[in-house]
Amino acid sequence: MPDLSVNICGVNFNNPLIAASGTFGFGREYSEFYPLENLGGVSCKGITLKERLGNPPPRIAETEGGILNAVGLQNPGVDHFIENDLGWLKAQNTVVIANIAGNTVEDYCAMAEKLSDTDVDFIELNISCPNVKSGGVQFGTSCESVGSITAEVKKHCKKPLMVKLSPNVTDIAEIAKSAEFYGADVISMINTLTGMRIDINTRRPIIRNNTGGMSGPAVFPVAVRMVWQVYNAVNIPIIGMGGISKWQDAVEMLMAGATALQIGTVLFNDPYAPIKINDGIKRYMEEKCIGSLSELTGSVNPW
Amino acid sequence: MKYDTQNFKLLKNEEIADGIFDWEVENNELCALSKCGQFVSVKVPSRTLRRPISICDADKNTLRLVFQVKGEGTKLMSEMKVGDNVEILAPLGNGFSIEKGKRYCFVGGGIGVPPLLFSAKQTDNPMIITGFRNKDLVILQDDFKAVSDDVYLATDDGSAGEKGFVTDILKEHLDEIDEVCACGPIPMLKAVADVCKGKVKCQVSLEERMGCSVGACLVCACKTKTKDGIKMTQVCKNGPVYDAEEVFFDA
Repeated sequence: MPDLSVNICGVNFNNPLIAASGTFGFGREYSEFYPLENLGGVSCKGITLKERLGNPPPRIAETEGGILNAVGLQNPGVDHFIENDLGWLKAQNTVVIANIAGNTVEDYCAMAEKLSDTDVDFIELNISCPNVKSGGVQFGTSCESVGSITAEVKKHCKKPLMVKLSPNVTDIAEIAKSAEFYGADVISMINTLTGMRIDINTRRPIIRNNTGGMSGPAVFPVAVRMVWQVYNAVNIPIIGMGGISKWQDAVEMLMAGATALQIGTVLFNDPYAPIKINDGIKRYMEEKCIGSLSELTGSVNPW
Repeated sequence: MKYDTQNFKLLKNEEIADGIFDWEVENNELCALSKCGQFVSVKVPSRTLRRPISICDADKNTLRLVFQVKGEGTKLMSEMKVGDNVEILAPLGNGFSIEKGKRYCFVGGGIGVPPLLFSAKQTDNPMIITGFRNKDLVILQDDFKAVSDDVYLATDDGSAGEKGFVTDILKEHLDEIDEVCACGPIPMLKAVADVCKGKVKCQVSLEERMGCSVGACLVCACKTKTKDGIKMTQVCKNGPVYDAEEVFFDA
């Protein structure tokens, strides 16, 4: 029986599949499909210091092989999350990752401090959201800003710190190295690629925010390439994501260098995708006589 | 578990008006669960997103879905063949709340009309007012006449029924009804809500592009007055039906 469990920073995941932030709320809705212990973990909807209403609709549009979205971090705020959602989610026997986003470095630090006194297993630094006017991705696009926000938050953070990288950069390996150097315990990557589509009849962008984050199968090759580059540049574990929609993608992402995986957009197509992907990985490992998932991580044999 | 996806056989796929298709899918326990005003989420082969479609009617064995071809997903749906399997996530959303003893008026515009059929069937002596751009887009009139003797039709150009808007007809009959249930484009819903304001209660069913269809991804947002203040609520989970007084139509 192959072992699908993963240990990252001393935290044990039942399996490598984690629901990606923003696609899964705080887990309650999907728990109406299956028990959340089927997942290795849940990365919560991005939380901000104060409640945010988010962007006006339409916030989503389909594109070839994926979607564009610009929700704009609608969330009830960190205190509401801690009081009303965290306890329930922790009781679901899955790893809980709190994804935090802010307008200022101080926002991030204040949230890291509050969450450090709770039961969350990881804090995921969202410095890659492309859909908000201030903060978000502006922290994530240079080595200096990634380094300084990572170092500042680290001072206030008693939980393992995961830094979620934006693909909208020139050299993602350099950014990852900066995050590692300044204290990141884990890298999660990639957030969405900034995209845009225009309705040729109305001459209006098809989402209200004009631009949005692109995700889904179309971005998968970009994600694999970036995970591979970062794997070759850092020594901390990588949680790979970006367009994973079937078990073969999951295996491929592990081979590129991921220790665990996040999946998001595929859930909209098939809510049961995590269960099917886990089954597929298990069958593959049995067939290839692979005993543990870690044997797959970074096992690509490049030309 | 509250939610599930299931495969259903497509029993009928017929173009009933210009670009509007009438599906009948084989049903089992789903129809027993379906409430009027709810919707289903249809998986479209080769597309990333499912398509939310209102429930037009449901009986013991079949679920009826009437949709308009708007883009590539609905185009692919329209090309599916009788006998094909369709994967459906349902039933979704809150639906209209119907109280016994009240006289309801169902007001629909364009492709907002279909969910009103199943809803009208749940009430006694309903009034039906539907409006369309022109005669080529008129649908479901015989179905409504089988449910009610009080059926009104309007078209923008007068090519079928009365020339004008559904609100012109509604205004004349407001004193004959207790409550309105409306579904259609936002400008129509806003106009219907204005006519009803201060006179009769009005429920509106909204449409918004959706992602997960269960309330997790937050893409289908509606700016809403709630007891906790102004919030963005999710059309798929908190709606699609809202009290018209709660909705910011211009947001």
